Amino acid sequence: MSMDNQMINKSLAELSVGLQSGKFSSVELTQFYLDRIASHDSELNAFITVTAEQALATAKTADEKIASGSATGLTGIPLAHKDIFCTDGVRTSAGSKMLDNFIAPYNATVVEKLKSISMPMLGKTNMDEFAMGSSNENSYYGAVKNPWDLDRVPGGSSGGSAAAVAAKLAPIATGTDTGGSIRQPASLTGITGIKPTYGRVSRYGMIAYASSLDQGGVFASSAADSALLLEAMSGFDAKDSTSVDIPVPDFSTTLNDSLQGLKIGLPKEYFEEGLNSEVAKVIEAAVEEYKKLGAEIVEVSLPNTHLAIPAYYVIAPAEASSNLSRFDGVRYGYRCEDPVDLTDMYMRSRGDAFGREVKRRIMTGTYALSAGYYDAYYLKAQKIRRLISEDFQKVFEQVDVIMGPVAPETAFKIGEKSDDPISMYLSDIYTIALNLAGLPGMSVPAGFANNMPVGLQIIGNAFTEGKMLNVAHQYQQVTDWHKQTPSKYAVSEGEK
Amino acid sequence: MSLTPEEVKKIAFLARLAIKEESIEQYSEDLSGILDLVDQMDAANVEDIEPMAHPQDAMQRLRKDEVTEINQREKLMGNAPATENGLFLVPKVLD
Repeated sequence: MSMDNQMINKSLAELSVGLQSGKFSSVELTQFYLDRIASHDSELNAFITVTAEQALATAKTADEKIASGSATGLTGIPLAHKDIFCTDGVRTSAGSKMLDNFIAPYNATVVEKLKSISMPMLGKTNMDEFAMGSSNENSYYGAVKNPWDLDRVPGGSSGGSAAAVAAKLAPIATGTDTGGSIRQPASLTGITGIKPTYGRVSRYGMIAYASSLDQGGVFASSAADSALLLEAMSGFDAKDSTSVDIPVPDFSTTLNDSLQGLKIGLPKEYFEEGLNSEVAKVIEAAVEEYKKLGAEIVEVSLPNTHLAIPAYYVIAPAEASSNLSRFDGVRYGYRCEDPVDLTDMYMRSRGDAFGREVKRRIMTGTYALSAGYYDAYYLKAQKIRRLISEDFQKVFEQVDVIMGPVAPETAFKIGEKSDDPISMYLSDIYTIALNLAGLPGMSVPAGFANNMPVGLQIIGNAFTEGKMLNVAHQYQQVTDWHKQTPSKYAVSEGEK
Repeated sequence: MSLTPEEVKKIAFLARLAIKEESIEQYSEDLSGILDLVDQMDAANVEDIEPMAHPQDAMQRLRKDEVTEINQREKLMGNAPATENGLFLVPKVLD
């Protein structure tokens, strides 16, 4: 067996053993993934920036730590960061022309935490501009391709991270989720994704879209891998005023707990009209698997589900219109040519450098917050947010986790929905509600419909990520959907 | 709910977004569609419901009033489109 085979299709725990036992070094492992990016990324477009030099320098430090016995289980394992996390000295674009020339002057807390344990950063991944989108077609750097079918979208907004992990261009990656931007791309590319509870992972240095909804999380090949990275990323951060100060459990120790007697709620609203019948079959089969594992199924109701998208498209654009007002062409980012006065500079800098979807959302938010409309839109949406949150709390009095589909369909064709923003928005029907409630959610590969991957969504109550990862891991012990890789990317170069 | 091209121009100005004349029609169509979607909120009875601004209903945390930032003036100004003598340059504001 060539050394390459020891570095691909391996769990993080196995990679760690390989590093600790000296089978390969972090420099070799990092170079292996940089080579895969060089071979495959021209067709996938998963990366905006590849940081080879920096990655190899961190890998060298990791090898020294491993040799001196000061390594953690993740030291030396390379990863990719969504290009929304600020990285000191490296361009941080948020997928926008506005920040094409922005060199972040500091590290996001997530980046700093993972750098401090010497996880080499392979690069910054592609995304919908300012995380606004569900297909990754809204990037200034072009669409990302789905590794399962290059004519299809990988989902969004964290489509680059999803495609990179699905095609094994990185062992693991970070992402962010405001309305489904981790779970939906994980579902569409057949990998495991987790969006933790709001407040679990620091938002410091994560470029803001909708601050009361944004949350960082993980793309991985399994629940066990997700548990390791999520634990390393999580924790209270004084630099984030909404960070929650509660202990981070060791998510890995509860992975093997039995699911005997687990109560799973299936919300009837998640299986109604609009759900593709092939996707529904996959989800039903996954639920059957859970019954075999000893779980009890309870039909539940989230009666305000239909209000989640309307409320989201007030709250998120309102927060975005405020957050994105910082891009004024003065302190950083794009400035138009030859502005005649201050107003002209603001208007043309923002008009030239923001894409269509970003402009649509800024204008929607500006309208909703403008004089005379606040009560009808923003206040009403916040009240609906309360109803949605209460729906979940009622259900969690009866069940341990909620399950359902992540998305109503599998990955659609590039261009299919790009001229129809509303139909794109509606595809987030099953993911958006839990962001409004601040709850954690996962996507776990559960099979295929029309040859494209389908993710099972697992929703937990606040700060129950350990239970959710346990529930996902037990499923992954009896199924191998998470081990499927598009054949083109399944093997190392040496085997071709 | 439909927005006229005039209303779109007004909103674009409030948001300080230059929109090309030929795109106004498209934005008015798109934004009207979004507002139609948003208007589905009207079906909800929200009487006596407390608005929820934040997932944890958290209070703003206070910290000691201490300097924690280090001085990185040069580095921070490195991203600015135009500077002079440690100041951000903008077009003339006052004549």
